[in-house]
Amino acid sequence: MATAYADLAGSGETCQDRRTMPETGTEATGSEGAVRSSPVPPVFNMRAITSKFGLSLAAPILGVVAFLMAWGVLAPQVDTSLGALPGPGEVAEQGVALFEEWQAAKQSEADFYSAQDARIAAGTQPQAFDYAGPPTFLDQIVTSLQTVALGFALASIVAVPIGLAAGLSPLFNAAINPLVQIMKPVSPLAWLPIVTMVVSATITSADPTLAKSFVISAIVVMLCSLWPTLINTAVGTASIDKDLLAVGRVLKLGTFAKLTKLVLPSALPYIFTGMRLSLGVGWMVLIAAEMLAQNPGLGKFVWDEFQNGSSQSLARIMFAVIVIGLIGFLLDRLMMGVERFAGRNRTV
Amino acid sequence: MVALLASLALAGCGNTGDAATAEAAGANFAAGAVEKPVLKFGFIKLTDMAPLAIAKEKGFFAEEGLNVTLEPQANWKVLLDGVIGGQLDGAHMLAGQPIAATIGYGTKADLIAPLSLDLNGNAITVSNKVWEQVKPNLPMEGGKPKHPISASVLQPVVASFKQQGKPFNMGMVFPVSTHNYELRYWLAAGGLNPGYYTPGDVGGTVDADVQLSVTPPPQMPATLEAGTIEGYCVGEPWNQAAVQKKIGVPIITDDEIWNDNPEKVFGLRKDFADKYPATTAAMLRAIIKAQQWLDADNGANRVEAVKILSQPNYVGADEEVIAASMTGKFTFEPGDTRDAPGFNIFFDKYAGYPYYSDAIWYLTQMRRWGQIPEDHPDQWYFERAKAVYRPDLYLTAANALVEAGTIPADSVPKTDGYRGEQSGFIDGITYNGKQPNAYLAKFKIGLKKGQKVSASGVTGS
Repeated sequence: MATAYADLAGSGETCQDRRTMPETGTEATGSEGAVRSSPVPPVFNMRAITSKFGLSLAAPILGVVAFLMAWGVLAPQVDTSLGALPGPGEVAEQGVALFEEWQAAKQSEADFYSAQDARIAAGTQPQAFDYAGPPTFLDQIVTSLQTVALGFALASIVAVPIGLAAGLSPLFNAAINPLVQIMKPVSPLAWLPIVTMVVSATITSADPTLAKSFVISAIVVMLCSLWPTLINTAVGTASIDKDLLAVGRVLKLGTFAKLTKLVLPSALPYIFTGMRLSLGVGWMVLIAAEMLAQNPGLGKFVWDEFQNGSSQSLARIMFAVIVIGLIGFLLDRLMMGVERFAGRNRTV
Repeated sequence: MVALLASLALAGCGNTGDAATAEAAGANFAAGAVEKPVLKFGFIKLTDMAPLAIAKEKGFFAEEGLNVTLEPQANWKVLLDGVIGGQLDGAHMLAGQPIAATIGYGTKADLIAPLSLDLNGNAITVSNKVWEQVKPNLPMEGGKPKHPISASVLQPVVASFKQQGKPFNMGMVFPVSTHNYELRYWLAAGGLNPGYYTPGDVGGTVDADVQLSVTPPPQMPATLEAGTIEGYCVGEPWNQAAVQKKIGVPIITDDEIWNDNPEKVFGLRKDFADKYPATTAAMLRAIIKAQQWLDADNGANRVEAVKILSQPNYVGADEEVIAASMTGKFTFEPGDTRDAPGFNIFFDKYAGYPYYSDAIWYLTQMRRWGQIPEDHPDQWYFERAKAVYRPDLYLTAANALVEAGTIPADSVPKTDGYRGEQSGFIDGITYNGKQPNAYLAKFKIGLKKGQKVSASGVTGS
């Protein structure tokens, strides 16, 4: 498993050679991206219309249907000790069951609060408690999203300034390059024990504002996801048009003005591409960290279900896998939107 | 997300209205008595965590004014670190864990065990392959193998593994787990050396005929199926899971290795108990009530307990797998289900009282296998046991319940903390908690006075 995660974490691999263009993530954009960038076809060109329709709608549907059919046919033939591998039907059923569990949890939470309110009103309970029920699947999704958001924000805050500095100063770049190259391929699973011990030693208050496990996951996400942003920022900054800098010198712009007026605007598309890759890495890393460290979130959900080993466990894990994939996809699309927006507003 | 939305639509108003938390009517809150009402306890997905789940689901914690969250942990190491680090206020623990932490084997920390959770509840399972080789040589009784089965039946199997140059591997759950000591006891009683620990290592395979390794309980069946190990000692439902999945056969229960052996404990930090005495008493009262509930009316509540435990947030295994050991029966093979009324005891036979002699037994086994690298006088054993096992805290809680009429007075033992001379071991050796060193001298396989272990073997007289 460790190798698998290492591979995943490494797929965010960007520019080994700093003189090349930064990666734009075309592999994730796929056919749609290609369509968008092609010139708009004339309205009366039927072949272009069918091919556009085929590419944007029919082909993906066909692909998904073929996959579901293959899954439905092949899965029952794999016999595990937890029964046959669940097909799409069983997985959808467990999706429904998870939703019902969430509803039941909401219900029992409401019951808890109303009973508590009654007791407080009657004076038999001195203080109000928060509901202490088990987290539902939806709670775990929310926790995971919060964790990845914090980790990603931390990564961006750290990576962008360092990347700018590295791009502007070849000396600084040379100084940090070996560190970056060594730290970049480290798997989250290797960081985890160190981060756990450091965070446990740092947060000593009995009732911290942020739960230790939450901070641990977020920092692991940060450590693994800051590299694409850092490298892309550095490349973007370094590849700024030399004429622009010359103009800046002529205009006698100060360092800050040079940074905000010239460097940042021209590096912005690179930075956002880096951030998009970072977020993708962060999401993958998070699930792994949650699984290993037992930090709340989708990873823990998957691991708990694996430990349950009941006859529904596999179907529930598969449902979680689909949800994890969908969320990762949505996060990517979100960043792509931001990226495009930033590209459009480029003012250089 | 699309699939999620689809499932939302499909689900409609399928609210089962399963208000899981039973709200205790007329809760008994001693105003301001509990210093820290919001607590988080850890557990491992094993049926002997039942007292905690029941205390929560049947509202016993709420009755005591506690708002408790129960959180499953990945393995015993994570759980121990959680308690030591303060993320968990207490936990369902292996009896050896607070003892080892206090004597500094592994992570050093002052942990205490004010309550024993249960008696018995474990079994040793071997793979189908090993069982097929063993079964023809077993004495039969009424068409079924005669119990208890001695580990000596494994000797030819282990020898054939050795001939082929392969190690004979078995799994247990943690270096200081009851399972480790039970498995070692059983193997040694059958003439197989399970190996010694050198100072500081956690492998414990010096001079071993059978190599033991650590696997978290819920992963046991998968590891056995993968062929990494040939057998394991673990708590329920993971032996019954092997039966259900037809990948292994339980060969002996721990009740047969040591009749009514003490098993899991409820462990917490010593400074927690010192700082929050009323909270500690309140949580112990709730757990004792849950233990009583589990054993009440000859186990009439067990069916309900099984239902609760099978929820995904507790043990989560299939209901029939959990029921297979919790409702007075134990299945060894398909068609070989036997009565096992004492397989899980939570309240009867003074199951909750933390006897010093139980702690000392664990200490003797730690010495026997080299986890305690040097000899110590008897007094050392007594002092360590007194530091970890805290019957005083148990009695505070239990006596309050007796006074309130919740539990009968005769369910609390009048004792100095030592069970006296105990028999009921598979090898016929008797154990007296007041003479740990004399007890250690009785074993054929095990470290003797003055012996030390190094990587090359056992030295000393």
